[in-house]
Amino acid sequence: MADTATPARVPIVEYLVLDDGDPHLVANECTGCGARFFDRRNACASCFGTEFTRVRISGEGELRTFTIVAFAAPGVEVPFVSGVIDCDGTSVRGNLRNVEPDADHVRTGMQVRLTTYSLGTDDRGTEAIGFAFEPVS
Amino acid sequence: MSTDIWILGINMTKFGKHTDRDVVDLAAEAVMAALADGGVTMADMGVLAAGNLMGSGGIGQQIQKQVGQTGIPVFNVSNACATGATALRTAIMAIKAGECDMGLAVGVEKLAGAGLLGGGGRAKQDAHEWEPQGRFGAVATTDGRIGTDTMPGVFAQVGMEYGHRYGGADFELFARISEKNHAHSTLNPLAAYSKRFTLEEIMGDMMIAYPNTRPMCSANCDGAAAAVVVSGERLRTLSLEQQRRAVKVSASVLTSDPYQEACQVLPDVNTLTRNAATTAYEQAGVGPEDLDLVELHDCFATAELVHYDNLGLCDEGGAVDFFESGAPWRDGSTPVNVSGGLQSKGHPISATGIANIWEVCHHLRGEAGDRQIEGAKVGLAHVIGLGSACGVHILEKSAA
Repeated sequence: MADTATPARVPIVEYLVLDDGDPHLVANECTGCGARFFDRRNACASCFGTEFTRVRISGEGELRTFTIVAFAAPGVEVPFVSGVIDCDGTSVRGNLRNVEPDADHVRTGMQVRLTTYSLGTDDRGTEAIGFAFEPVS
Repeated sequence: MSTDIWILGINMTKFGKHTDRDVVDLAAEAVMAALADGGVTMADMGVLAAGNLMGSGGIGQQIQKQVGQTGIPVFNVSNACATGATALRTAIMAIKAGECDMGLAVGVEKLAGAGLLGGGGRAKQDAHEWEPQGRFGAVATTDGRIGTDTMPGVFAQVGMEYGHRYGGADFELFARISEKNHAHSTLNPLAAYSKRFTLEEIMGDMMIAYPNTRPMCSANCDGAAAAVVVSGERLRTLSLEQQRRAVKVSASVLTSDPYQEACQVLPDVNTLTRNAATTAYEQAGVGPEDLDLVELHDCFATAELVHYDNLGLCDEGGAVDFFESGAPWRDGSTPVNVSGGLQSKGHPISATGIANIWEVCHHLRGEAGDRQIEGAKVGLAHVIGLGSACGVHILEKSAA
């Protein structure tokens, strides 16, 4: 705890890249058919190709569907908005933040953009960074 | 020449809370009753396929020890909510392959009080140190932070996506679908819940995952269902009464989800259902317009809407209009879930894919009592398990 060095930061998942001041999501894109995957694949689920390249996902998109979860496992804060965002043709799963979690404020078709937030620091002083989407005002 | 397949005997237990009985008891009850219904015994069975998701495994052999150990092959199957349909399909495949001429399929689950399924079972707690784990290298719990893993939330998004694409689907519409199924359940003595709710009660109940309130979610409960299937050749050696009550399996189809762009972030329950339905109609030589009743997988009110479309009960994009026309009510043109559906009959997962076949058979045999759909000749049963697996069976009344 006496460590005075700048605390390290880690993303909540590997497909969130924190690049200082320019956080973004990345995917493994099949070089054969262009299908994109947020996790590793032995072969492309669409065309069975085995070559992948890392690509950046657009940080802006349209909310294609959502739910407002009011009842979840213990330890999960509710209510929260879960949705699927169409980011320039790539579907991304994420929560919505910085919007009232009710059906008057959240609607399909709304424009949203990527945002990050702190999940807190662990016992070693490392800060975890989460991502979500927020309305484009 | 392909073998024609028939349901000879079938049974479902009362769905609900069976505190004093275990999965083996429930499955054995359904098996004994299905055998008696078909007028056969374990000595006639050439194969046993059994499904149970939440138990300790080896359910088929455990059941045999209760009802008769004859040394026949046992297939213990697991395919999420399509487990029961998969067990039935397995027994059918054995007969079609010529390995035997009669087989037994059973599905059973103890689920009363199970609570929220899909990421909802265990308390979520982050570790004291952020260490990347799993295939996403996650340092913390992602359920609730990167979307939801819970079933009510996943299927809420499935329904809302349909509404976004085609319009007209709002909270009230989804609640009215639930109102229909609960109204239907009042005629089903085997349903876990058979209480009619007003629309106001459904919309005012506890919100689980918008737009699904509690009565719009499938009911966790205990139950079992079993079916005896027989080849047409063997059936013709049985009594006229057995032949008269036998129900023809005109189509038996199982599909999984083909790759679709968004399927890695929200399970695609549509494409595999459409594929299964298309294949089933081709196999049976019937169309959606020929169906006298449909039991479809209404695990949530939001799911029922999309399956009107996926099963071809309406034109593409026309599910809201289909519902608004009154078609899926029991006095409508295509009655859907006259059993009460999963929302009120209940959803003991592995039993569901045989229980919905029992419901259809009951009507085709003219034995459904107060809830009989008069003159029913053709019916369809559909289940889907996330992951995904889809079973569609088309059943026809015997001509004998």
